[in-house]
Parts: sequence; structure tokens; C-alpha cells
Amino acid sequence: MIEVKGVSHDMRGQAILRDVSLSLPRGGVTALIGPNGAGKSTLLSLIARLQRLQRGRITVDDLTVGACADRDLARLLAIMPQSSAISARLRVGELVGMGRYPWHGGRPGAADHAAVEAALAQFDLTGLRHRFLDEISGGQRQRALVAMACAQGTDYLLLDEPLNNLDIAASRQLMALLRHMARDQGKSIVIVLHDINYAAGFADRVIALAGGRIVADGPPAEVITPGLLRGVFDTDARISVIDGRPVVVV
Amino acid sequence: MPRLVYVLLPVLTVLSLFVGTVPLRPAQLLQDPEAWQLIAVSRLPRTLAALMAGATLAVTGQILQTLARNRFIEPMTAGAGQSAALGVLLVTLLVPGAPVWAKMAMASVAALAGSIGLLFLIRPLPPSQPLLVPLVALVYGGVIGAGVTFVAYQGDMLQYLQVWLSGELSGVLRGRYELLWLAALATAVTWLIADRITLLGLGEKTARGLGLSVAQVTALGLGAVSVVTAMCVVTLGAIPFVGLVVPNLVSRRMGDNLREALPVTAAAGAALVLGADIAGRVIRAPFEIPVSAMLGVIGAALFLTVLYKDSARD
Repeated sequence: MIEVKGVSHDMRGQAILRDVSLSLPRGGVTALIGPNGAGKSTLLSLIARLQRLQRGRITVDDLTVGACADRDLARLLAIMPQSSAISARLRVGELVGMGRYPWHGGRPGAADHAAVEAALAQFDLTGLRHRFLDEISGGQRQRALVAMACAQGTDYLLLDEPLNNLDIAASRQLMALLRHMARDQGKSIVIVLHDINYAAGFADRVIALAGGRIVADGPPAEVITPGLLRGVFDTDARISVIDGRPVVVV
Repeated sequence: MPRLVYVLLPVLTVLSLFVGTVPLRPAQLLQDPEAWQLIAVSRLPRTLAALMAGATLAVTGQILQTLARNRFIEPMTAGAGQSAALGVLLVTLLVPGAPVWAKMAMASVAALAGSIGLLFLIRPLPPSQPLLVPLVALVYGGVIGAGVTFVAYQGDMLQYLQVWLSGELSGVLRGRYELLWLAALATAVTWLIADRITLLGLGEKTARGLGLSVAQVTALGLGAVSVVTAMCVVTLGAIPFVGLVVPNLVSRRMGDNLREALPVTAAAGAALVLGADIAGRVIRAPFEIPVSAMLGVIGAALFLTVLYKDSARD
């Protein structure tokens, strides 16, 4: 269980998060939605200790973020940050292998190789494993990054806008795969999404943030309403319900 | 490429033992005890110095490029080299009788300060403009270099400055190159943490997410860069381009998984410096062309090739 209690965060005198409290039980796909600058990425990076916590307290299972050892947290929770600017020229297989670092500290063993093979196969990257990252498409690169986070083999997986650079087929495939991992492998997945329809289609729970506060939290059908679009996203797009699932008509 | 380098390296090493102002043929080793003396006192130290300088400069060039997240800089010209010279200069001026270890320590500390300064300076630069980093580094190195010249001029030590700022190997004798073993040691340490340095190349956030202590690895990397630069400047003088060209060439072929790439980088750097030194001994024999001048020419040509190949690919 990820527990966020009373977290506030300022950047250059501007409040990014204001007194956010939230608890995410194990299992399921949780989507974080909200307009640009709502604090979604900041919340995710605070949970994953990528930024220093200023006020409040965050725990992941029995680990307290900021107080526990980096390696212990890295074995429990993986994060794929937004727009990872990778300057190193690595092969796809090597990149996915880096995800195992918290387990082997530089000396991969049989279990690590097996996990990498599984992640490569799961994301359909086996044929690309010997290609360099600068020789493949943006979508393939994005898939490799998600595969690396999965290879980390953690119970919790945080993904910051993983659908960047993915076309509709790849996006649906990735979301379906994440949902499968949540349902059948018991992973807990928290994902920042820009496209509300993907949140509606694949998430079990949707949390909407605006101005650094949580403004809605619940199953997609309850959260995604015309009122939310008007009040939070400041747009008057229609919502129609298809197969019991809200769809934003853009 | 690895195979070519590993074949070239022993060939050059043997060649280096028999090329120089005093003629020496392999057959002489069987009868002439003075031939052995020549090898032990001059040729072998010179060869070892070239090998170690080349290997350590190439590896630390790659390390600094990873830390700075930019392929177009190298410690020797980006402030660390000039800072090391400033360090030695200040010790020599202020404490004229200082022992060698004090000069060496001061040079290392100055090089460290110089490289930390560089990292802070380039941190705010936008990643979308990769050429800004080498430009800023060049100006930064130039400013420190100008300071060094000014201090040397004031202290009437311009002739010493030449020794530190342009590297050459003709003065290397037994007993006068051994500091380079420290550089080799520092480089060996970077190989031990090669995996962690590679992780830094994934970006600070991803590295931290994997549980890496970014500050610790950066500190170790910068430490190695500084020690190598300082030892090189103190014993041989600044040697340009090795740290820039070799990592770029190796990365083209092998990528940046440093656990695999660093041995090749080291071997290629060693071969480049030794090859340049041998050429410098031969071209105008019996006179010598300093290895830094040779590398200025060879390195610039190689670097332009890398740049043009890169832009042709994109």
C-alpha cells in the first residue's frame, strides 16, 4: 500500500502540491489525470523519492520514503520518469538489463537474465535487443523504457506519461498489458495519463488533480463527468457513455 | 574495432622500444648490455608513460562526457587541465621548495575544483542545444588558461608553463614518470564502478529510481578525472584530444555500456598516444615532434571525421 499523508511541495515559491493525502492499496491500475501543471508528475516523483519531500509523509508498504535505503525502495517500486533524456548509447537489451541493477548491483546472475528475457518478450522487443536506442523509432524506445521498469521486477510500478510517442495500436497494447500485469501478476500500477479516454478505458481507479489538490477520486465512470471537464480541464467537450464506459468526444 | 586495437597495441609497444634517436636493433639485446640499459632507463619508461597517459586520458574523457551528458568535451581542454597547471604553478610560486607530492596533490585539488566548476556552469544549459556545452567549456578553459598565463607572467615563470601546457614524452626517464601509476590506479577504480557510471547516462532521475547514489558516483568519477588530468599535466604536460576523440570513436562501434567499452577505450587511447609519439620520433629524426603537437593534428582530423559521419547519419 502506498500512503501519502499531508504532502505539500513548493517550487520557486510556487505551490505545486497542497496538502495531498491519498492511499493506494495493492493491486489495480490507478490513473492520475489533470491539466498541465496540476502536480501529477511531482506527486509521482515524490513517491519515488526522485525529489526531496518537503512536507508530509509517504510510505510504501513498510518503507518510509526518504528514510529507507535507496536500494530497498528500488526493489519494491520502479518508476519510469517522463521524457527520460538518455545520453548513453545503449542497446535495447542492455537498457532493459539496467532495470535489474537494484538486484545485482552490477553483476547480473541467472535470475536477472531470465527477468530481462521475460521483459523483452513481453514487450515484443526480442528482435530489437541488439539495436542501439538511437537506431529505433520513438515508439520502440518508449516501449524499451517501460520494459526496463518492468524488468526491475517490483510490486509497484509508477509510469509518467508512458503513452508519449506511441500510436493508437501501441498505446492500446501497452495499456492492455499493464492491466494484465495488474490483474494476473498482482502488480500495483500508477500511471500519469494525458488522454482521459485511456484512463476511462483501462484504469480501475482515476484520481484527478488540479492546482495541486485532489479534486476527484473513484472509478472512471464516477470521476469522468462533464462537470470535471468543465471545472478542472476548462473545456466543454461532451461525454457519451459507450458500453458503460465514459468516452470524451473530442 | 576491438580486435584491431588489441593487435595494434603490442605491435606499437615493441616498435616503441626500438625507435628513437639512439639506434637500437633487437639483435643488440643479445650481446650488448648497454642496449638493455637504454631500454630500462629510457625506452621502457617512455613507452609505459605513453601507454598509461593514453589509456587514462581516454577513459576519464569518457567519464567526464557521461557526467556532463555531452560528448564534445574532454577534461584537458575544458578547465581541468588548465586548473591543474594553475595548481602546480601556485605551489611552485608560493612554496618554492615544495616536494613533488605537494605539487601533485595541489594539481589534483585544483583540477577537481576546475571540473566541479565546469559541471555547475553547464548544468543550466538546455539539453536541446548540445553544442553550447563544448562552447562554454572552451571559453571556461580559455579563461582559466589566461589566468594561468597571467600568474606565470607575473611570477616570471612562463618557460615552466610551456612544460605543463604542452605535453611531450622526450624527457621521460626512469624515476620521472612514476606518478602516472596513480593515474592508472584512479582509472582502474572507474572500471570497478563502470556499471554505476553507465547508469548515470540514463539520466539522473532514472538512475536515482534504480537506487543509485548519484552524488557518490559523480564524486568518484570526478575524483578519477581530476587525478588523471593532474598526474598527466605534472609529469608530461597537457595532452589534448585523446579524451575527446577516443570515447567518441569507441562509442560509435560499441555503445556506452562502460563495463564492455572501457577496456577498448583504454587500449585505443594507449595505442593512439603511443602511435603519435612514435610518429613524432620518426618524422623529423633525429629531432622530435612533441606528442601534443602530433595529437593536435591527428586528433583534430579524427574528430572532424567523427562529426561529419555523425551528421551524415542524421
